[in-house]
Amino acid sequence: MALDWSVFCKETTTGDLIADCFGSRGDQTYLNWILSAWSWTLTVSLGALLVALIVGVAVGTLRTLPDRPWLASLGAAWVELFRDIPLLVQIFLWYFVIPDAFPLLKKCSPALLVIVAIGLFTSARIAEQVRAGIRSLSRGQRHAALALGLTTAQTYRHVLLPMALRIIIPPLTSEAMNVVKNSSVAFAVSITELTFFARQAGEETAAPIQMYLAATVLYGLTAFGVNRLMHVIERRARIPGFGSAGAAAVH
Amino acid sequence: MPGTLDLDFFRWDVVAPFVAKGLGYSVWLTIVATLGGICFGTVLALVRLLGKPALERPVAIYVNIMRSVPLVMVLLWFFLIIPFVTGRPVGAEMSAIVTFVAFEAAYFSEIVRAGIQAIARGQFNAGFALGMTYGQNMRFVVLPQAFRNMLPVFLTQVVILFQDTSLVYAIGAYDLLKGFETVGKNVGRPVEAYLLAAVVYFLVCMALSTAVRLVQKRVQIIR
Repeated sequence: MALDWSVFCKETTTGDLIADCFGSRGDQTYLNWILSAWSWTLTVSLGALLVALIVGVAVGTLRTLPDRPWLASLGAAWVELFRDIPLLVQIFLWYFVIPDAFPLLKKCSPALLVIVAIGLFTSARIAEQVRAGIRSLSRGQRHAALALGLTTAQTYRHVLLPMALRIIIPPLTSEAMNVVKNSSVAFAVSITELTFFARQAGEETAAPIQMYLAATVLYGLTAFGVNRLMHVIERRARIPGFGSAGAAAVH
Repeated sequence: MPGTLDLDFFRWDVVAPFVAKGLGYSVWLTIVATLGGICFGTVLALVRLLGKPALERPVAIYVNIMRSVPLVMVLLWFFLIIPFVTGRPVGAEMSAIVTFVAFEAAYFSEIVRAGIQAIARGQFNAGFALGMTYGQNMRFVVLPQAFRNMLPVFLTQVVILFQDTSLVYAIGAYDLLKGFETVGKNVGRPVEAYLLAAVVYFLVCMALSTAVRLVQKRVQIIR
């Protein structure tokens, strides 16, 4: 079965073939569209990952604080809440329910709400990894820092987190790739990312195989790119004498 | 500024039939996908551990593709392709079941593979020394131990799986979320229906993950 790939050179409203496959002056080909869809996938993924890292590290840290039981339970409740509701339902909550309850948020762009939704969903998972990473450090690290006169905040900032975050890079890598895959759920609230594109363009052109294949390949490329990027970060961040020996303990 | 959420419409006798139908399908899908996924996943894992590259490679490719493509895309692919294979259209519900079994098989195969590899080498050797074939060795010595060790991971995967069933939204199958959505549209309160859906999913998943934690504790004692 030979596939006709020229469908990507068609204009999206008129269906005319465009010579160089790139529309100009307001014309948009399916090639233009899929590239813009890819950039939406990247935007949503990176934005969500950023939210997830910031919130996840904060919540994971809270859960390990000494002598702060209610902060630790707050962290536990956070993880439970965001881990036990399906991502699609969380996206609907942020997109439909929360703006309804807080009308100010109606001015927010849908993409921003989806980024927050995927980000907080992932933050629960990252918080668990951060907690496991901090727990895997020997207690001597914390004690040594306190003996040197560092405050709790300084201990976390200069001793515990730098070590723990390096240790959890491998599970963080797979979480980052999950974020790319999870960004596909944004199709449900009409963010024009790759899955939305594949569904829509597949229907319009009656060439769903080409559209699905292209979208699937771009997802694969993106996940692979994230994987490579994380490996570079892992290598750059490595401290001589501390290999990935601690990594096996986490999970 | 006060919000406009209004849950007054909620009457159990109005909501229940739709939600029960959807919940039934979601639970059914979870059970079939778990059992099917474990069966096929075990087969895939065993093939990958045979030591025959000609068989291992295609399985490895299958597993890696399934694991690197978003589930929503896999659902769309199967929904597109299954009618070509069977020669007639199948419903979204049936298509989703086939997709989930095929998809979960890849994930479960990785769990089973790790579980088998964690069994001490001496167990294999002892089995062979007793004159068992590869099949007998797996059936009587390795898999019983491996499955017991894998139980907590299996259960964690089931919780994830139950949450993932909501993604059948992409092909329009009637699941728990769809049940709430339908009720919401019927009574003109779609937003509140999503909120209720979230509460129900949360309660079910929290019950499941609490159960997982209890099992984890018991298994830890056995070890």
